[in-house]
Amino acid sequence: MPDDAKVLTVTELTRRIKFSLESSFPRVWIQGELSNVKRHTSGHLYFTLKDAGAQISAVMWRSRVGMLPFSPEDGMNVQARGSITVYPPRGNYQIDVEQMQPLGIGELQLAFERLKQKLADEGLFDPAHKKPLPEFPERIGVVTSETGAAIQDILSVLARRMPSVEVILAPVRVQGAGAAEEIADAVEAFNRSGRPDVLIVGRGGGSLEDLWPFNEEIVARAIYASRIPVVSAVGHEIDFSIADFVADLRAPTPSAAAELVVRDRTELLDTLRNMCYTMHDSVTARAETLRERMRSLVSSYSFNRPRDVVRESIQRLDELDRSLSRSFSRLQESAHQRQEALGHRLEALSPRGVLKRGYALVRHDDRIVSSARALEPGDRAAIEFSDGTVPARIERDGTP
Amino acid sequence: MTAKKSTRNTFEDNLRRLEQIVESLEQGSVPLDKAVDLYEEGIRLSRACADRLKEAELRIKKLSKNLDGQFQLNDPDKE
Repeated sequence: MPDDAKVLTVTELTRRIKFSLESSFPRVWIQGELSNVKRHTSGHLYFTLKDAGAQISAVMWRSRVGMLPFSPEDGMNVQARGSITVYPPRGNYQIDVEQMQPLGIGELQLAFERLKQKLADEGLFDPAHKKPLPEFPERIGVVTSETGAAIQDILSVLARRMPSVEVILAPVRVQGAGAAEEIADAVEAFNRSGRPDVLIVGRGGGSLEDLWPFNEEIVARAIYASRIPVVSAVGHEIDFSIADFVADLRAPTPSAAAELVVRDRTELLDTLRNMCYTMHDSVTARAETLRERMRSLVSSYSFNRPRDVVRESIQRLDELDRSLSRSFSRLQESAHQRQEALGHRLEALSPRGVLKRGYALVRHDDRIVSSARALEPGDRAAIEFSDGTVPARIERDGTP
Repeated sequence: MTAKKSTRNTFEDNLRRLEQIVESLEQGSVPLDKAVDLYEEGIRLSRACADRLKEAELRIKKLSKNLDGQFQLNDPDKE
């Protein structure tokens, strides 16, 4: 058992550490990169200062924040002056920054710029390589954290706009060591399966370190190699990542990515309905036009021409018929008259006509006697009158 | 991948065909009997598209990692 006199309470130890640290570093200048810069609503500024080997929490009170000649952002390299303070309730120490000045671009920022330049030179950001997004994706692959806000945002937008799609999530870590490899693996896995029509790769906003996996070369190359179109959705509007430059389309946020990937179902249904109306109207209009054309054809001059020809022919035929019968009756009439006249003439020439006028014919032996010398006394003859014949006997010679 | 797409990407195909039909009907140059056939086909396509859109539930699947640490899709209907 230790000597009771040498046993310290946590509070006592912390008090001694606090005294020791705070008196050793009452005022120091340090140089490092800003990260996790957060402005509290109270106006105080909380951030981390770090370099390749270590990091230290920092706080800057509102009164001093107001004096800053610049706006602290993640990734900035700064020199800061302050004193070390220990916060016993948490058992941690921090630097209470009184004054701070920027030192140009931080290391990560430099790495970012170097990689960006290298990949740009290689043509990874070439617009000609960018693939168009499918207009109506049926399967959407999402590469992001299973527990982050990004997947929730994406799902809620998809459920609202186009719930008929299928979402396949590749759950990956989106920050910290190994995250970049997992993201790249997931993009490759989706390409191997070939199933999604489009990929959304991203995460919600965060510090430059948080977003760093999306600035790694392995992720950039996986996105570039993807045959499936990739929409990047990293962080909030203002953050640009290497993934954004290489993706086929950059969305400012995960929600925006979901908006860009699918059309709105309600709009599409409206479009379909309008198409149905248009088709219906076109067909009805077409039928009406044809009906109209038919009507005008039926009443047209040319269409009625054959009927006219027939009608005219009938009329002509009737006329001919009439004139034919007129001519015929005329002919008949005159024939009749001629026949009658001839009849009269014939009758006038007939011996019977002569007989009527009082002449008589004398026949002897059935021959007409035309001379007195042809008869001898005692001959028998027949005298023919117009109304009959009487026998006669010749009594004596005639005197010439 | 391309072959797989052509067999299942029916919504887009249907919509394209529907657009063609609407366009040719609007131009009014097709003979009437053909127009009526097209109209019927168009109505059928538009119904198919609308039915597809009206599927209400977002289907969500997840890739998991196999023993080799590779992502795989646990999907019974995968061909």
